[in-house]
This record gives sequence, structure tokens and C-alpha cells, in this order.
Amino acid sequence: MADPMKIRANVVGDTTEVKVLMSHEMETGQRKDAQGKTIPAWHIQTVNATWNGKTVLSAQWGPAVAKNPFLSFKFKGGAKGDKVQITWTDTRGDTRTDEATIG
Amino acid sequence: MRSHHRRAAQGVAALFILAAATALGQGSPVDEIAKYRAALQDGNPAELWEARGEDMWKQARGPKKASLERCDLGLGPGVVKGAYSELPKYFADADRVQDLETRLVWCMVTQQGYTEADAKKNPFGAGNDKKADMEALVAYVTSESRGIRMNVPQSHPKEQEAYRIGEKIFYYRGGPHDFGCATCHGDDGKRIRLQDLPNLTKVDGARKAYTTWPAYRVSQGELRSFQWRLNDCFRQQRFPELEFASDASIALTMFLARNANGAEFDAPAIKR
Amino acid sequence: MDSKRRDMLKTGGGLTLLSLVAAAGWLKPGDGWAAEWNKAAFDTKSMDETLKTIGATTPAQSKDITFFSTPDIAENGAVVPIGITSAIPKTESIAILVEKNPNMLTAVFDIPPGTEPAISTRVKMGQSSNVYALVKADGKYYVASKEIKVTLGGCGG
Ligand code: HEC
Repeated sequence: MADPMKIRANVVGDTTEVKVLMSHEMETGQRKDAQGKTIPAWHIQTVNATWNGKTVLSAQWGPAVAKNPFLSFKFKGGAKGDKVQITWTDTRGDTRTDEATIG
Repeated sequence: MRSHHRRAAQGVAALFILAAATALGQGSPVDEIAKYRAALQDGNPAELWEARGEDMWKQARGPKKASLERCDLGLGPGVVKGAYSELPKYFADADRVQDLETRLVWCMVTQQGYTEADAKKNPFGAGNDKKADMEALVAYVTSESRGIRMNVPQSHPKEQEAYRIGEKIFYYRGGPHDFGCATCHGDDGKRIRLQDLPNLTKVDGARKAYTTWPAYRVSQGELRSFQWRLNDCFRQQRFPELEFASDASIALTMFLARNANGAEFDAPAIKR
Repeated sequence: MDSKRRDMLKTGGGLTLLSLVAAAGWLKPGDGWAAEWNKAAFDTKSMDETLKTIGATTPAQSKDITFFSTPDIAENGAVVPIGITSAIPKTESIAILVEKNPNMLTAVFDIPPGTEPAISTRVKMGQSSNVYALVKADGKYYVASKEIKVTLGGCGG
């Protein structure tokens, strides 16, 4: 199973800033192995972020998002103690959800 | 996510100036490379390794189903904060000078019941399929010394001996090219292609090099430990492989760590 | 890239980008597209390929779209930080496109009301290239671009 994400969520004034690191190979499908065989693409396709159950960001990614992806964004609202939840799904159908408490 | 990387990154960027300017043969890419490096400081993927290592530290593992939370890294059982800044050091229970990796192997054997061979297996991993547990543990433990000044001891005779041997290894020349560490790391302003070679014989160079490992290597998409760095330089030197957790490896680490004394530890970092 | 393609890009780059969007059929108002990955859009291989499907309004070049924390030179193409912010009212989505990558479309972010129209992430770039920020706001499309040079720092040591 994939490793947990590292999520940081901090509220300053009325805005919550979220920073996420995800553990993923993000294999492009362009590379070849030692035998000259193409290594199949394997990457995160969708990302969804919610705060108190409400979607605050959703994304679709291709293979050119860098390995071990980083993402940051801000949304209005959020209070210390609220939960931000992030889910990704990859080309193999693997999915991972992690949660952070807004600080 | 952390701003205190920035200072180190800018230092590295400064070194890069000349190389980049010559290589690109254009205006002043200095600021841009510095900008590039600064942008990467925010959200260093090394944190993924730190988190995995912390989990691993706390998990009951091995034949004895024990966690490493009683492992004594030199500051008492279970104390991780600041431990790395005082390693390598002499441990009476092992009657040996140990660096972080050797000490972790020791704890995995004595507390978790692993065989020594198992504990030492695959220390550097290779990609997602063969992730190294050791490098994750090292990432976690070292991260707990961030911001703490290096304070590697030289009080026990064995610590002094290790330093002396490490110094010998550092200046020893051999192999097909008659290279030693000092061949590449003994002068200011040396570089291979675009890479600056730090002068490890001077205080500044020695400090900066030691306190910025482990590092997330952008070019590899992996976290790499200081031990990996040494192994890779043995390869560059066309020396036989440096045996993981060997006395030679510990001695060389002692020499380099001790020479960084007084400098603030600032890793896991991120490097090109 | 040959100069002909560059010219087309200058005059009709917007169209190209939009056609990609139109062909893919995402970014429709109120569509929760992110639930399902849009293969057609991400498979788009080249500018030429996308040019074939022109058929919608041209995205306007916009100075209200800016790149932040995005260097002019990337030391390593494996990790290129890109930050995009849109000052266009009612920004609904932001997409990143790297012209010279095998697949141009890199990422699309859906910005619901309440979320700031500013995202930052990191992309891979095979070589120096233009990077486009395509914004949809209030049903219309806007675009800005930035050239990023990629230097691979010699051998991996
Ligand atoms: C053939 C030249 C060569 C020799 C010999 C060599 N190295 Fe290196 N060393 C390098 C290169 C190249 C780098 C990588 C620089 C980079 O990636 O920017 C490096 C990097 C390092 C670093 C990390 C510096 C930093 O700031 O990240 C350390 C520490 C180091 N070497 C130690 C040693 C030791 C100890 C030896 C002797 C066992 C040694 N090197 C022998 C070429 C050499």
C-alpha cells in the first residue's frame, strides 16, 4: 500500500493554507527499463481535497506531475481543529486518503 | 514548509554561480537557479521519508515484536531529539564507536531480534519496489537534530582512534587513478562538470557538507543518506565498495562529523 | 520546435489550447469533472494534433494570470516548481500545459467558490519549453505563458 501523505493545514486570518506531499512514483510511461522495455505509466490521476466534507479543490493529473508530488492551495474558512481530507487515485486504481487537523 | 533550509540553499546557490554562468554562456542565471532552489525548499519530499521512519521507529517489528522506542542512541533509551548531533560516539554496551546506522543495526539486533545480516540488508534501497527501511529511519532520527549544533565527542580513546583512522582514510590515495578524497575535495573552487566539489579540508566546506545530509536528491527522486554519499564517492574514487556499517565507514564518518562540530545541523535537505 | 509551429503558436496558441479543452469536453460549467480522469485530454500528444480540433472561442492572453515561485531556469527538469494565480473574477479552473512534453496537458485544478485561484505544484519537463497557464473564468478562457529553461546539471553523482 502507498505511504501516507504529509499534509499541513494552517489557518491565518480567514484563510486556510494547505500543503501536501504525496508518495508516488509518477512513472511517465516514457521510460525504458534495462531490457529496453517501456515501463508502463503509473501515476496519480485524480486528487480531491475536502474541508468538513465540502470539496475545496479537485484536480486531474497526467504523468508529467513530478515524482512525490507537491501541491499547495488556499481556501477561505477553516478553523483550528477542523479536518482537511485529501484523497488520490492512481492509474492502477490504488487510492489513498489522509487527513490533517488545521493548526 | 520550512524556511530554515533557505539559508543553506542560498549558500549552495552561491557556489553554483560561476559554474552555471560559464556553462550556459548567457546573462546571469544565478538568481534564477537560486529562485529554483528556494522554490523547492517549501515542501521537501524528504518529509515523506521522515514520516515513514518515525512510524517504523514506533512500530513493533522483528522476531521480538519490539519497537525501537527503547533504543539508546547515546542520550538515553528512546531519546531521539538531538541524538544525531553527537554521533558517532563510543557505546560501552557495544564496546565500539558507532555511527547512527551501526547503532540502529545494534538496536534492531538486540531489541527487535533481527539477525545482523537482516538488519544490514539493502541499506540504500532502489525505488518504490525496494525502499530502504534504513534510510527512512535515518531520515527520521536526523530530522530530530535539525537546528542543533554538531557536538561529536572526542573524549574516549576509541573515539580519538576512530578520528585518526578516518583522517588516514580521507587522505589515503590509491586505485587506478591514484585518487583520494582530498584529490577532489582538498581545494577551493574545484568542480566536475557543473558540480561544485566542497573543500572538505576547510571548516566551512566540512560543516556545510556534513550538516546537509541526508538529502532528497531531485535527480533521483530519492532520499539519500550521508552513508550513501560516502559510498558513492568511493565509487567515484574507483575504490572497492565501502562496506556498510564497517569500522572504516564509521571512522571516516567520525572524521567528517567531528570536523563539522559547532555548525547547526540542517537536514534532511534537498539537493540537485 | 520549428519556427512554423512557433508562429502558429503565437497567433493561434489560444485556439489550440481551447480546442484541447473543447475536444476533451471538460471544464463545462458545473461539471464535477475531476471525479473521472479525462483520458482524451491527457493523451493529446502535440500542438499539431490539438490544432486539428479548433472550433471554439480563442482564449484571451491575460495579464491577470501570473506565475509565482516559478523559476526561469530549472536546474533539473525532473522537478520544476510551478505556481499560478489568477486575478480574473470567477476563476473556475486552472490548467498547466507544457508545450514540449510528449503529452502537453499536465494538470487541471478545479477551483470551487471559496478557494483562492492560486495553486502551486511541480512538474516534469523533458526540455526547455513554454509552459501555459490556462484559466477558465465565468465560462470564458484565458491564457498566459512562460518560457522555462531546463539545465541538467551534468552527470548524476
Ligand atoms: C573523483 C572525485 C571525487 C572523489 C575522489 C571523492 N569525491 Fe566526494 N564528491 C564528488 C562529487 C562529484 C560530489 C557531488 C557534488 C554534487 O553532487 O554537487 C561529491 C560530494 C561529496 C560530499 C557531499 C558534499 C555536499 O555538500 O553535498 C561529501 C561529504 C563527499 N563527497 C565526501 C567524499 C569523501 C569522504 C571522499 C573519499 C572517500 C570523496 N568524497 C571522494 C567527487 C569526489
